[in-house]
Amino acid sequence: MSQELYTNLAIFVLSLLVGFEVMSKIPSTLQTPMMSGANAIHGVVVVGAFVIAAEADNWYFYLLAFLAAFFAAVNVAGGYTVTDRMLGMFNRPKKQPNPSDKGGDK
Amino acid sequence: MSMLKTIASLIYLLSAVCYVMGVHMMRSPKTARNGNLLSGLGMAMAVVMILIEIVAKGQITLIGWGVLFAGLLIGILYGVIKARKVPMTDVPQLVSLFNAVGGGAAATIGIFDYTHEALGTSLSLAFSIPVLLDIIIGGITFSGSLIATGKLSGHVAGKPISFPGDKLINGIAVLAIIVAGIWMIGFPSAYWPMILALAASLIFGLLMTLPIGGADMPVVVSLLNAFTGLAVAFAGFVIDNQVLIIAGALVGAAGTILTLQMAEAMNRSVANIIAGGFGSGDSDTSTGAGAEVPTNIKKTTPDDVGMQLAYAHNVMIVPGYGLAAAQAQHEVAELAKLLTDAGINVNYAIHPVAGRMPGHMNVLLADVNVPYDQMKQLDEANSMFENTDVSLVIGANDVTNPLAREKGNAISGMPILDVDKSKSVVVIKRSMSTGYAGVQNPLFSEDQTSMMFSDAKKGLQEIIAATKGYLD
Repeated sequence: MSQELYTNLAIFVLSLLVGFEVMSKIPSTLQTPMMSGANAIHGVVVVGAFVIAAEADNWYFYLLAFLAAFFAAVNVAGGYTVTDRMLGMFNRPKKQPNPSDKGGDK
Repeated sequence: MSMLKTIASLIYLLSAVCYVMGVHMMRSPKTARNGNLLSGLGMAMAVVMILIEIVAKGQITLIGWGVLFAGLLIGILYGVIKARKVPMTDVPQLVSLFNAVGGGAAATIGIFDYTHEALGTSLSLAFSIPVLLDIIIGGITFSGSLIATGKLSGHVAGKPISFPGDKLINGIAVLAIIVAGIWMIGFPSAYWPMILALAASLIFGLLMTLPIGGADMPVVVSLLNAFTGLAVAFAGFVIDNQVLIIAGALVGAAGTILTLQMAEAMNRSVANIIAGGFGSGDSDTSTGAGAEVPTNIKKTTPDDVGMQLAYAHNVMIVPGYGLAAAQAQHEVAELAKLLTDAGINVNYAIHPVAGRMPGHMNVLLADVNVPYDQMKQLDEANSMFENTDVSLVIGANDVTNPLAREKGNAISGMPILDVDKSKSVVVIKRSMSTGYAGVQNPLFSEDQTSMMFSDAKKGLQEIIAATKGYLD
């Protein structure tokens, strides 16, 4: 096994473990935005679209690069926008004061 | 390492740190939005860095720039417009659509690299295995997520779709994927194995999702989300970029945990949901064990409900899927505001799986300005039902079914809202039909329960009118 592959594999495995660790016990309130937020993060595949566009040198490859760029851009731009919209609604300033249940916060 | 390469590697590392910190911050409602912004910042850094790297490398052609920016621009426009316009009830299918294109992008990169670098040369396993996994997993999530989007939005029938021989075709697809995989690794100079692998993956994704019922779809979307993460990580191996590997693995793991938690909240196992499609038996959830059709139910009128509400001290609203389906969030918020303004305590008891997916109901209520501290999660709500005068159950069924406390039926053991402990229960429902689990709900025939058969939106409007009369 090459050094490079070993490094990538180690990064992969450790990142999986970080993902498991960071994700434990999500309040169900936030599961929908969390799913959407995680969905936006894999939009990082857009970096790959840049890489292949730089290597493309005929129409078959240009077409693939275009497709990858389009798909990834929808994923990343849409993903962050909709997640932010959802989370923004939770943080909205309250219009009416709520005298009851002050301690109900988590 | 050259200077630029060093800087780039450090920036990608920083970007990965942003994702991890961002996801971590998204666990709490207070920091969630900033968490998402931090993760977006990491994304922006990665994009700027790859742009600099490409410019510095100078290999990209003019047409390359053209197709890259055309794709990005159209994609960003489409994605942002979709994301801004979508009504909150339709978020699940939009997430699924974004997931599909993410998988599609990963698969496309795999296809590009396989055909660009592999043809005519022999492949190292270090390249061929990730590229193969990238194409296969990307292909499965692309078609699977598109079907899930269709099912959630109603373009594809939500009920499980199966046809004679679908299991056979599925088996053939799996076999084809394996054969194509070995072929791709062993004889890398042919297009055909790659096309076969791609086609078989697309078919597999399609047939995996079609037989799964609409109510289980959110779990499937979450699972496919995790798949896409893995596909992106393998794309990272292929183009040797660590930020893709880290982010992809992070999403893969986080998505897996999320999938398990969602399935747990819905009282279903992931294996059970997936096997519902091509396991041995039918996806038969209606065991029928438990109760007969209740006969002794009390019907009530909007006027009576209005009076009950107007003279109550503590009201608990229990919203369910039917509320979202009838788009009645605004009416609920209006009624709650009416009562709150009259000095009545109003809270919402939100079951983890109320709405179309876990946490969806919270989003829908937040959308109509319901304060976060009025939304009570399962345990907190259950401690409040004993002091609740009126529980207003709107379009919810299985999550209130006391049969879940007993053994031997389809919902045994599912955590439920103890609505039956409140002094009076009003259920707004279209008919006596059973919920998704297909089990009769004995709550409906209990003494303190009265039923109002109506569409959630129309019924609430009538109740609001009646309540106003009693409050004045």
